[in-house]
Amino acid sequence: MPRPDAPPHSGATTVDAAARSRPAREVVVLTALGAVLVGAVVLFLTWDVGGYWEFALPRRAEQLAALAVVGVAVAVSTVVFHTLTQNRILTPSIMGFDALYVLLATSLVFFLGGTEVATMSDLTMFGLTTALLVGAATLLYRWVLGDGSRGLYTLVLVGVIAGTLFGSLSDFLYRVMDPNEYDVLLSDLYAGFNRIDTEVLWVAAALLVPATIVVFSRHATLDVLTLGRERAIALGIDHRRELTLMLMVVTVLVATSTALVGPIVFLGLLVANLAYQLTRTHRHLVNLAAASLVAVIALVLGQGVLEHVLGFTATLPSIINLVGGAHFVALLVKESRS
Amino acid sequence: MTRAPRTATTAATPWVAAAAVLCLAVVSMLVGAAESDVRALWSDPEVREVFVVSRVPRTLALVLSGASLAVAGLIMQHLARNRFVAPTTAGTVDAAAVGLLVAVLVVPGIAVMGKVLIALVFSLAGTALFIWLIQRVQYKDVLLVPLIGLVLGGVYRAGAEFFAYRNNLTQALNTWFNADFSGIIEGRYETLWLAAAAAGTAYAFANLFTATGMGEAFATNVGVNYRAIMATGLTIAAMSTAVVVVTVGAIPFLGLIVPNVATLLLGDNLRRVLPVTALLGAALVLGCDIVGRLLIHPYEIAVGTIVGVVGSAVFLAILMRRGNRYAAA
Repeated sequence: MPRPDAPPHSGATTVDAAARSRPAREVVVLTALGAVLVGAVVLFLTWDVGGYWEFALPRRAEQLAALAVVGVAVAVSTVVFHTLTQNRILTPSIMGFDALYVLLATSLVFFLGGTEVATMSDLTMFGLTTALLVGAATLLYRWVLGDGSRGLYTLVLVGVIAGTLFGSLSDFLYRVMDPNEYDVLLSDLYAGFNRIDTEVLWVAAALLVPATIVVFSRHATLDVLTLGRERAIALGIDHRRELTLMLMVVTVLVATSTALVGPIVFLGLLVANLAYQLTRTHRHLVNLAAASLVAVIALVLGQGVLEHVLGFTATLPSIINLVGGAHFVALLVKESRS
Repeated sequence: MTRAPRTATTAATPWVAAAAVLCLAVVSMLVGAAESDVRALWSDPEVREVFVVSRVPRTLALVLSGASLAVAGLIMQHLARNRFVAPTTAGTVDAAAVGLLVAVLVVPGIAVMGKVLIALVFSLAGTALFIWLIQRVQYKDVLLVPLIGLVLGGVYRAGAEFFAYRNNLTQALNTWFNADFSGIIEGRYETLWLAAAAAGTAYAFANLFTATGMGEAFATNVGVNYRAIMATGLTIAAMSTAVVVVTVGAIPFLGLIVPNVATLLLGDNLRRVLPVTALLGAALVLGCDIVGRLLIHPYEIAVGTIVGVVGSAVFLAILMRRGNRYAAA
């Protein structure tokens, strides 16, 4: 549910009842999601192979790995972001991360030259843009956050506007760019899931694993951060340090997924809120896992539908944005009735 | 809500803005790929031809769309009682683009007025859905409201992209989101007078909008039909947006920034702010268009891009400097 507040404090008796029934519900939800994921994966790998196993399997496995990396990155970054902003309708994409990535990639092609970038390996390009993105986003945060008095809302608004600024600047560069260089750029920016570079995939996974471990290992701290800045400080959390660390992890995760397949705006919003609805808990250990599972399921099914039902006559991000956004609006409507 | 005292500065603002629009309009008419010498206007019929068919319509189009989009933003900010609500942040632009796409797909070869009508219906419906939603959401945070609008707009846009992709129209879709005046000649801009008429109507209703902006209870108390005025205001805003999107394409942030700057200067009395908002909007678009035409002369950069860069940079500066006002607004 898109509630921008901390968990409601219910009476002692309901808490006890919830505590007794909680483990069961969490286990059931996670097991069910796991089973759905296995089913989706099997379906994805075997659908319409027609006997060409040697050809189809490795290619599909690679695609699957990419979908998993992106799904987990998007899910984890969004859940953490929701905790940091104490608002369940935000996603890092709304903050202009994607636009910043596109601008940086465009600037690289513009200032280094298309031929230079084309001859550069995908790996170098990926490393360069990811490093630039993490650096630029961290600088932006430090500048906007200042001494911490401005609050995350100003930060979010600045992000939204900065997103437009970055988008317009990229657009400006397109206009003054050599058309050939523009082609190089396009093929780099909108790779999608249909053409994944294996080397880049490995590096992305290598970035994802430690970032995810950091987040999962600090799930207790995240639970405390849910209570808000003042209470978290009162409970002995170094709020400023945790905030910076978590924002950097979010940046790395978003950079990884965006660099791998391009921007997917609403996926995080969709999967995180679905996970909250399913688990009905505020424990990060459960929510992070559930959101990751939902994300990978959504991507695998979406890609399957795209390839086999729609015959590539759409793009995965547009399908996900459509379904995810509609789901979000439905959530708002439902909440407005309650 | 702030109220600036009527000082010499505020009294002079409309005249300064009007003078700026006039100067920029003259410069705009003299800048172009084909050099036009002022004296040649009288002596050379060919130069005069270029002037009348291309330069004058373009300048008029810039003034009309800049002014009407800024007014549309001003009205939406008043009615939604939120300084961050504008055609771009309430999904109105994206809804209009969906309408335009539907018009192009369903009725190929439709006349301009037909496109405007269909786009109007869609932008009205989109904006109405947005207003309906924000009136019902419980946690009415000042930033939650535009975020809902941005997400709604994202859904409309994703839907449009889905169908555009299937019909090879993604490029057309992109041009609808980014205003470009390079194709404006005589006969291609006249619909914009409709947007201007809508903005003019807004001036007639200005006091009623001011009352409505105080909230339903206050408006009803002073004898204003809240719902009717709300509907009128939304129709005016949707009309301006739809016409501009169909004719030249959306100009990002114009409806957000210009009204904010104008109310910062003059306070919240609509009747006083509205003309200045219109003039500032026209001046900003004229200025950005001139810059876009000169930067890579003889080629040009779409005005939407320049406004996006200039506008968001200006707004960021305001936000960072006056963070407190907006954090508490």
